[in-house]
Amino acid sequence: MPVTILGLTFLIFFFISFLSPYQLVSAYVSSPRELQAGNVEKIIEKYGLNKPFIFRYGRWLNAIVHGNFGWSLSLNEPVTKVLQQRFPATIELTIYAIVPIIFIGIWLGVTAAAHHNGAIDQILRVLALLGYSVPAFVLGLLLLFVLYGVLGWLPPGRMDQWAQMIYYAKDFHHYTTISTIDALLNGRIFVFLDLLKHLIDPVLTLSFLSWAGLLRITRSSMLESLGQDYIRTARAKGLSEKVVVNKHAKRNALIPAVTVSGLMFIGLLGGVIITETIFNYPGIGSFAAQAAEQFDYAGVLGVAVIFGIVTVVGNLIVDISYAIIDPRVRVE
Amino acid sequence: MEKFIKIAKKLIRNPTSFAGLIIVLLYVGIAIFAPIIAKPPYPDTPYEMPQMGWSSIPKPPSWQDPFGTTQGQYDIYYGIIWGTRTAFKIGIVVIGLSLIIGLTVGTISAYFGGWVDEILMRITDIFLAFPFLVGVIVVVTVLGPGLSHVMLALIIFYWMGYARLIRGSVLEIKENEYVMAGRALGTPGYRIISRHILPNAIFPIIIQVSMDMATIPLTAAALSFLGLGAPVGYASWGQLVAFSRNWIVSSSGNPLSYWYTITFPSVAIVLYAMGWNLLGDSLRDILDPRMLIGM
Repeated sequence: MPVTILGLTFLIFFFISFLSPYQLVSAYVSSPRELQAGNVEKIIEKYGLNKPFIFRYGRWLNAIVHGNFGWSLSLNEPVTKVLQQRFPATIELTIYAIVPIIFIGIWLGVTAAAHHNGAIDQILRVLALLGYSVPAFVLGLLLLFVLYGVLGWLPPGRMDQWAQMIYYAKDFHHYTTISTIDALLNGRIFVFLDLLKHLIDPVLTLSFLSWAGLLRITRSSMLESLGQDYIRTARAKGLSEKVVVNKHAKRNALIPAVTVSGLMFIGLLGGVIITETIFNYPGIGSFAAQAAEQFDYAGVLGVAVIFGIVTVVGNLIVDISYAIIDPRVRVE
Repeated sequence: MEKFIKIAKKLIRNPTSFAGLIIVLLYVGIAIFAPIIAKPPYPDTPYEMPQMGWSSIPKPPSWQDPFGTTQGQYDIYYGIIWGTRTAFKIGIVVIGLSLIIGLTVGTISAYFGGWVDEILMRITDIFLAFPFLVGVIVVVTVLGPGLSHVMLALIIFYWMGYARLIRGSVLEIKENEYVMAGRALGTPGYRIISRHILPNAIFPIIIQVSMDMATIPLTAAALSFLGLGAPVGYASWGQLVAFSRNWIVSSSGNPLSYWYTITFPSVAIVLYAMGWNLLGDSLRDILDPRMLIGM
């Protein structure tokens, strides 16, 4: 795993090194004062931006390990600070999205398999295909159009203005930096409800693609386990169909579904870029899009490193949990 | 060949796959006949959407522009028709080149095994360590926006799926007796790969390609939506949707007054993806190796 993370930083830096030293300066400074005229050459000299690739890579890696991701030109703040502020919001969104996906996706998959080739199965199959075919940016805009433009219910952004006044007031404590939990811990129930209201649209958009995937995987693994000998035995014993499906088949069929849920969580992180941009949600996804559009190299680099590390660590966790759930993997 | 005719027959007989096939053929037709269906005003630059006026406010559908005009008076109908060509162009180029890279890496990796396999697969892992969109955005940021840059970025972060898929099927086929027999007879490696292994690995690739013909142009459209794709005025679905974003909330009091700016491009995109997904999904059922035994 460390090798993959090292390779990943190398890859990002390799792409970035196609830029000229002048463009790269921003990735090395930590305040705009350093960017004054005449100073740029000094910075290039100081950080060796005209030196060979390996040298620059080592320097950059060193800075990152020490938590310095450079200066974000698009937001006029250190990238490290932006990431610290915005990452919790992204995690919050992803967690709210993944929980319903897992429950609804698995439940639908089991239902489809239990009614194999029946009407419910066919309807779910078409719905899943629809889920695959509506891209996030279309669904998000349609939701915004209907639920905000036409009905005026769910506005974009993170919270209403009155909630902001409370949220950023001095006596509001940011215990966890996860905004909904903080609102509850501060006893601000209406702020909490407002935060939830602003989460509905992004969560729907983010999760729509994934529940269809989980449905299909659960369905096919359910079908496979329903064809096993021990299921025939269970049926022959005279157990009711409900018990056969829920107690015997489902247990085994859930193993791949659990693995895939983990991978899906990682996949959702890619989806946040589009979703957050549509709804002006202040996470690292919308920051990535903004940084990319405004040639903010330091910002893009920072987000890419964070996304990469989360992905690699996430994959590792999935592998480990797979071994815990499925004893057969451990034996090998 | 006989196999392909049987597959084609099955595709037509099944209602869902038939629907998918019809939708895909419809879009292929639109792409091919674009110059006739939507005549470009300047034949040298057909991908530039014509502007029907100078007002920035969208105009509702009329006889002249059947789907209305969007922000900047770009004709929506024209944008959708030529956007279909853009979608196919992106799909074919990106998938074609990713497939070539994937085929090379996958077959070399699986056929030679050992340390070659180890190194190639570690490299693949590194490319897979990004969420797809994040990797693409890094490359596009460095190269600058533009359609060819977007395509290059998509290829750089898309070949890994094919490499893994092909490696998997080659590993499986490699163990077959006819491959062993070929080796025992002294057939050179490249001939075994091209004559015996790849033709047998083709079905999973066909399924994947048909699914990706939906995914890849939509990803490119998403990049256009973020302002990282084709330049302003270039016929692409993503851009039409991006334009419509500014007209979701209308100031005139009637919330539905700009409905056409978002509806027509969305329908075009979703229907396109539905077609390829229906086709890919049915192909998966038809080409499932367990079902091929009987054929």
